[in-house]
Amino acid sequence: MASIRIDGLSKVYPGDVTAIDGLELTVADGSFFALLGPSGCGKTTLLRTIAGLEEATDGAIHIGDRDVTRLTPGDRNVAMVFQDYALFPHMSVTDNIAYPLRIKKVGRTERVAKAAETGEGLGLSALMDRRPGELSGGQQQRVALARAMACQPDVFLLDEPLSNLDARLRLEARTFLKRLQRDLDVTTVFVTHDQSEALAMADQIAVMEAGRIRQLGTPSEIFRRPANTFVANFIGSTPMNMLPGELVGGKLRVGDREPVDAVAAGWVGADSGDGAVTVAFRPEYARVDEAGSLTFEGEVETSENLGASVLITARTHDDHRVQAVVPEGAEPEPGAAVRVTPVPGRVLVYDEDGELLVP
Amino acid sequence: MTVTSVDAAGLGRRRAMGLVTPALLLVTAFLVVPAVWTVYLGMTDYRLTGIQAANPQFVGLDNYRAALADPDFRNSLWLTLLFVLGSAVVGQTVAGFALAWTLRGVPRLVRGVVETLVLLAWILPSSIVAFLWVAYLSGDGGTLNALLHTTGTDWLLEHPMASIIVFNTWRGTAFSMLLFSAALGAVPPSQLESARLAGAGTFAQLRDVVLPHIRGHVLTNTLLISLWTFNDFSPYLLTAGGPNHASETLPVFIYNKALYGGQLGYGSAISFIMLVINLVIALFYVRLLRERR
Repeated sequence: MASIRIDGLSKVYPGDVTAIDGLELTVADGSFFALLGPSGCGKTTLLRTIAGLEEATDGAIHIGDRDVTRLTPGDRNVAMVFQDYALFPHMSVTDNIAYPLRIKKVGRTERVAKAAETGEGLGLSALMDRRPGELSGGQQQRVALARAMACQPDVFLLDEPLSNLDARLRLEARTFLKRLQRDLDVTTVFVTHDQSEALAMADQIAVMEAGRIRQLGTPSEIFRRPANTFVANFIGSTPMNMLPGELVGGKLRVGDREPVDAVAAGWVGADSGDGAVTVAFRPEYARVDEAGSLTFEGEVETSENLGASVLITARTHDDHRVQAVVPEGAEPEPGAAVRVTPVPGRVLVYDEDGELLVP
Repeated sequence: MTVTSVDAAGLGRRRAMGLVTPALLLVTAFLVVPAVWTVYLGMTDYRLTGIQAANPQFVGLDNYRAALADPDFRNSLWLTLLFVLGSAVVGQTVAGFALAWTLRGVPRLVRGVVETLVLLAWILPSSIVAFLWVAYLSGDGGTLNALLHTTGTDWLLEHPMASIIVFNTWRGTAFSMLLFSAALGAVPPSQLESARLAGAGTFAQLRDVVLPHIRGHVLTNTLLISLWTFNDFSPYLLTAGGPNHASETLPVFIYNKALYGGQLGYGSAISFIMLVINLVIALFYVRLLRERR
């Protein structure tokens, strides 16, 4: 068990492709940490560099007190579960789980005992003599986890742990992984491109873009207060409402509406400078036909059923689209005139560079 | 509805036969008849010249008895075994695999150059590469002697078997390299990386991950190159089987006996023995391949 400290880490591939760009990150001991971002953002490269499968171009990686930057993967005492699980098809479940022990020259009897014990903890006891080809996706994943656990590593690394499972199993595996991580209390880093997975499982999330971390925080911080418009766009199962506005004399004006005061999160009034801003709020934090200082009047274009709720899209008179999530059964018909009002304190204001304004 | 799966194209037996017949005729004319003819000739005392050329006599299994008693034949069989083991089973397989494994991670340009050079050795005509090797190994100003400062050593005379084994390894490695390159491309990288993370070195990775994945390829490769090497005639171009039968593999032995010695009947008998050995090797590998499945 150990924390991970990454200092000024860069990874440049031949041809001057920068995958990781001077990255600083500390993963606390025992935490469940998500690296989240769109494809090509460098999250998998970062995970593989921690594992030692990629060599860092610059910077340092510490696991606990050890500088592992130049160590081989086998000497880092980390275990990784690959997206395709990477089980050895010609070996039984027992041999797969015991493989790291075999490499460490642990005796046959002890190996089998350890594999049986680890397998039992993951509900694999009845499958120990099977080959990976005879197992379901979920079972294969548990074998891969057992193989990672068998040699008691300091750090677990999971590459897209849920992406090879079908939708139903994915939800079960999510709960299972979260409980397992809590029980084992081993520092775990996982990579995902799915923001809902990251929000559901992680204690801490790093949202990445182009080899850099754009925001680091707990799931609720990242969901409630995205630090910039990139994170605001990326997080959330319904896209964030984003409207152009401006600050005038410390008040917020959107389009030709009356300038308003103190609607934004943590907003207390006057800002140091006036200028163009982006006003953002989540559809989940918008109410329909409620009074408020900042409201958007418009006509319902579409309504999408989300199950227990309905996502409506309204078009305002100045040709912006505003979305709101309303409870099922209460949704206005398409064509109806509605007023969309963001919940006070849940409006976010971003400056021209896309950074959150916190006056 | 009737079941028509045996005749999916709906040709009918007669037209189907009509389409297959030309191919069957060609196979019969150029493969079956000569083979059967060889078996027949092997049981006669047919010669290139003399009375037996005009009027060969049927001698039954005499040629086969003579072969088994012939020390030159037994020597030749042993040399062929050495040649196949040394240059194909060990030489080409090891060199081909080593090249394929090493070339995985190198830059595209280096890989292209090395692959082209290895392929050139394979695709150049035998007569040309044989001439190059004669010049290379020559005792009189040969390149190898210049490199090793061993002026005057005639490699083909002093080490004929070693020479043709090295020559054939060099010549045929390209096939194994290509086959193993393709096979290694099919080994999932994540499995190799899993092994590396567990602390496995190169040897353990090869043993635990690579070999189980490419076992079928290794067998196929060994089968093909053993058969090719067993039947290969190009050593003749370097040593002509000499000096004094020291590098006379079976194809060379047959050529020397049948065409130089004029004993066509005896040569045919030994050709048939070679055919049987080929079949035995092939059946052995096919059995191994089937057991895997």
